[in-house]
Amino acid sequence: MNYRPYLLLAELTHRCPLHCPYCSNPASYPAGGELTTADWRRVIGEAAEMGVLHVGFSGGEPLQRVDLAELVAAARTAGLYTNLITSAIGLSPGRAEELRNAGLDSVQISFQSDQAELGDAIAGTRAHARKLEAARLVCGLGFPLTINVVLHRWNIGRLEEIIRFAEELGAERLELANTQYYGWAFRNRGSLLPSRNQIAGAERIASKAKVQWAGKMEILFVTPDYYSKRPKPCMNGWGRRFLTVNPTGDVLPCPTAGEIKGLRFDNVRSHSLSWIWTESDAFNRFRGTQWMPDPCRSCEFREADFGGCRCQAALITGDPGATDPACALSPYREKLLSFVDSCQDSVTSGGAAAGAFQTLAFRENPPA
Amino acid sequence: MPVIDERSRPVLARGTRLAMDKATGQPVLLFPEGVVHLSPTAHAILSRCDAESSVQAIVAALSQEYEASETELKADVLQCLEELCARKLLILV
Repeated sequence: MNYRPYLLLAELTHRCPLHCPYCSNPASYPAGGELTTADWRRVIGEAAEMGVLHVGFSGGEPLQRVDLAELVAAARTAGLYTNLITSAIGLSPGRAEELRNAGLDSVQISFQSDQAELGDAIAGTRAHARKLEAARLVCGLGFPLTINVVLHRWNIGRLEEIIRFAEELGAERLELANTQYYGWAFRNRGSLLPSRNQIAGAERIASKAKVQWAGKMEILFVTPDYYSKRPKPCMNGWGRRFLTVNPTGDVLPCPTAGEIKGLRFDNVRSHSLSWIWTESDAFNRFRGTQWMPDPCRSCEFREADFGGCRCQAALITGDPGATDPACALSPYREKLLSFVDSCQDSVTSGGAAAGAFQTLAFRENPPA
Repeated sequence: MPVIDERSRPVLARGTRLAMDKATGQPVLLFPEGVVHLSPTAHAILSRCDAESSVQAIVAALSQEYEASETELKADVLQCLEELCARKLLILV
């Protein structure tokens, strides 16, 4: 079976003005300098030739790269659909207009909360007011706006307010993205995971809101896999539809694949993107179903969820080839459940009390 | 959801556009976080959705180009437009 990639996630930099403790960037950064403009232009061109249709410019904060508009224009020239995935810090009127003129198709802005105080506390910097300004600017320029709010125990209690906030801002799409526990988030998971009751409440609010706003604002809410019985169909299968190029040029089957110790990633400075996609060890290691152990190998859902997430298996079981412990059939399920149980009592219902964040490790920037 | 009839004037929603899939040589519709693979017929319909042409005008143009009966075409066109409207990829003006 030949797979072709649909989406390139272009992580232009690991630099970011925000310090969110749930960041999925690696908690220890890869060595090596950032790719040059010429490198990225070549990568984008190669991706288009391979059949990639979408490019997501991400990071870190992609606006930290002064060549962002040039790369957007290169992607549009190559026929790709371009999406900016941003904190919006640095999105000045001049910059936004430059991006529109470059052909940028859509913008996704992250918010940490509907309120400045909580939002700024989570971001570890005064960001909320600037984000609001940027979101209005984006809508004013006619971009379709997606708002992404990463949910965790400190803001999930404000779901109704967050939904109203996104609607008032004019978002066409709202991603209520439960924290995925990789990178900084995994490090902080004991201080981030919501309680069972919080999740149940959020599910009720989200399904009601989906109906209420249908046709006006699309709302996405997926129950976090720590609370589900079936694993997520991670990346729609390893090396099947998706590739990430990180700031130093390593090509990864998923943005967090660096969590898997012993997996070596090839770099666009020494190989073509197409060679890496079809031939590299990293992309072939968990492609298809041959690598699967039981219970996945003989499972009727093996082509539906692909055994779940390799990074999660690596982080929780130590074995990236194991069944994802988010699956009720995983022999390691107990490891996940005992962690989830251990979190229930530490979650207070009153939201973020003063000093509540003291247990969190806030994301730091890579060395300059 | 708005009802589509002969006088509706459809246009692709903001952030949605037609493109060519280089891997298959077939047309696709791209939008934030998604893709719809299009049949040649669907592509022919959508490339005429310019906010100016009515459904009736689109059916007439296709009928002439493909030498097909308007009655048959109209059912196909309406079905295609209704599906995409339901997904908010197309709007009516």
